[in-house]
Amino acid sequence: MTQAPRELTVGVGAGGLATADMVLNIGPQHPATHGVLRLRITLDGERVLKAEPIVGYMHRGAEKLFEVRDYRQILVLANRHDWLSAFSNEIGLVLAVERMLGMDVPERATWTRTLMAELNRVLNHLMFLGSYPLELGAITPIFYAFREREDLQAVMEEISGGRMHYMFNRVGGLRDDLPSGWLGRVEATIAQVRRRLPDLESLIVGNEILHARTRGVGVLDVGVVTSYGVSGPIARASGLDIDLRRDQPYLAYDEVFGADGPGRVVTRTGGDCQARLEVLLEQVHVSLDIAEYCVQRLGSLERGPVNVKLPKVLKVPEGADYVATENPLGMNGYYLVSRGEKTPWRLKLRSASFNNVAVLGELLEGTLLADMVAILGSMFFVVGDIDK
Amino acid sequence: MVDLSWFDVVLRAVIVLVGFLTMPLLVGQTEHKVMAHMQGRLGPMYAGGFHGWAQLIADGVKFTQKEDIVPAAADRGAFRWAPAVALVSYLLALAAVPFSPSMVGADVPGSLLLVLAVSGIGTVGTLMAGWSSGNKYSLIGAMRSAAQLVSYELPLILASASFAMAAGTLSLTGIAHAWTPVWLIWQLPGALVFLVAATAELQRPPFDMPVADSELVMGPYTEYTGLRFAFFLLSEYAGIVVMSLLFAVLYLGGWTGPFDDALGWLWTLLKGFLVAVVIIWMRVSWPRLREDQLQRFAWLGLVPVALLQLAITAVGVVLTA
Repeated sequence: MTQAPRELTVGVGAGGLATADMVLNIGPQHPATHGVLRLRITLDGERVLKAEPIVGYMHRGAEKLFEVRDYRQILVLANRHDWLSAFSNEIGLVLAVERMLGMDVPERATWTRTLMAELNRVLNHLMFLGSYPLELGAITPIFYAFREREDLQAVMEEISGGRMHYMFNRVGGLRDDLPSGWLGRVEATIAQVRRRLPDLESLIVGNEILHARTRGVGVLDVGVVTSYGVSGPIARASGLDIDLRRDQPYLAYDEVFGADGPGRVVTRTGGDCQARLEVLLEQVHVSLDIAEYCVQRLGSLERGPVNVKLPKVLKVPEGADYVATENPLGMNGYYLVSRGEKTPWRLKLRSASFNNVAVLGELLEGTLLADMVAILGSMFFVVGDIDK
Repeated sequence: MVDLSWFDVVLRAVIVLVGFLTMPLLVGQTEHKVMAHMQGRLGPMYAGGFHGWAQLIADGVKFTQKEDIVPAAADRGAFRWAPAVALVSYLLALAAVPFSPSMVGADVPGSLLLVLAVSGIGTVGTLMAGWSSGNKYSLIGAMRSAAQLVSYELPLILASASFAMAAGTLSLTGIAHAWTPVWLIWQLPGALVFLVAATAELQRPPFDMPVADSELVMGPYTEYTGLRFAFFLLSEYAGIVVMSLLFAVLYLGGWTGPFDDALGWLWTLLKGFLVAVVIIWMRVSWPRLREDQLQRFAWLGLVPVALLQLAITAVGVVLTA
């Protein structure tokens, strides 16, 4: 919401009170940036005159490290930049390697990957559905969100051993077969989460104060979205109907988003903080639907292998390929260039949050300090995903 | 007012002080537990054994052990005195709140006026803290709290005026004496305005913009450590105690209840406690408003309703006189 700065003259006499601009550093250590993002903002009273995101405090040189590790080791690194979408991060990389190798992945592995990717999406979105209201001063939603996360994490932990960095993908499939009875427990957990989700929703949806804080605040129009390469739920909240799961299907998404599948793309047209929050909330429901569908498909599949036997030294043939996946926070792409060695020659990472926070400079000008936090939180970013 | 011997004065002062030091702890512990259960967790469980009853005492001990830091850029005098200003104002206010006709620290004729006046001073402590800290977040927090003061003080006083007018006295004891169950209906709008404005005065959610942790770290209290910080926390809870009791006395009839000859003070306490739980409840369920939204709400919502209430009360008083 850009408004012309209002001239405020206080007092009588010679020209009112002079006001001076104040430069305020939000971050790198600040409770609202959940990580080490820094914003340098110029304030006139509470109004933000200028805002500049300064990134790089968490740069870990991931892309350079990719170049000196073999493909099994890279997977460990690749799942870390966006620590809330670890499983989805793994998928993009293994898909790129598999495609360059021309490898066929067993169907059972593909469906399990799809299932876990969607559970990961729910986990990610629940995190933001809890933390965003917290930034607006509501302290309860995060406890409800984490209760659901805990149950979902339990099934993820059971299959992979990890609660955050699953490391369950391998080139050619998955690490292990599904534990016995796991699918039933996933189904029960999904049902449980679905049953308790209204608790969380009732605190977020329809709350007048939350509406007052988010409606019409931080409106992002489609033009800005496309020019900055914003993607994911944030782009869809501005009305950009794009979702790689449907538009460029990978894994089992062509069936999921097909005529009979449960998949659908959630969009809104408002482009404000409220629209972004609503997209996130509805995507949780869609992802739960998809996950349930995957469970049923997996149940009807014949038992079979979940991976492919790999050579001792895995070398990717010479060439280049780009694989982008629809991660929870947006498009996540890997550009893999190989010279036929056991390490990539170059592995470029396109992460969603980097582009998504770049628009902050445009969005924040002219807003109030309190809205700044509302907008910042609604960009749903992970600092590791920005800085890599 | 009856003449008091110096012994009586000291005794009353000591009792008020003891009440002032224990009731905020009770509210604080209630907040810990009530909030925890509303959020599906346990809250403190270990300190003291039974359901963590001693948690706040343990917190207090911890606070006293912390180093007392005054930032180099701070205005030393104002910085050091700010917590005292915030705290003492509510102590003075508590002294004038009656628990039963006979149980009141200082029964002054215009006690409603006194309570409202001194509890407003608490905000000055916040302002002093924000200004003197030499910290930009503190300064913004102080500005917000000043802006907030302007917007809620008027509806608060207008709503209180309605109660005073209905009772025909400015004395809290007199107002509670004049109370009848009919008040619950015809003073309802004023009571709601009072509750909202009181929450804003206390800087409690949804009106906690001055301390908004996700925006201003801790607002005016950002630079405080140890005991001085604890004093600010204590003054917040003391504020809840004072405002809840005031609400109970003004609108809920104070000590009126079964066996109120002997148990009057208990009724006042229970009613006040109930209001405190409502204030805690608001914190659990609502996000924070924006400063300008509060201003808008105060001037376009609370003030007209309070004026309307005042008119209703005036008509009521004239008709029944």
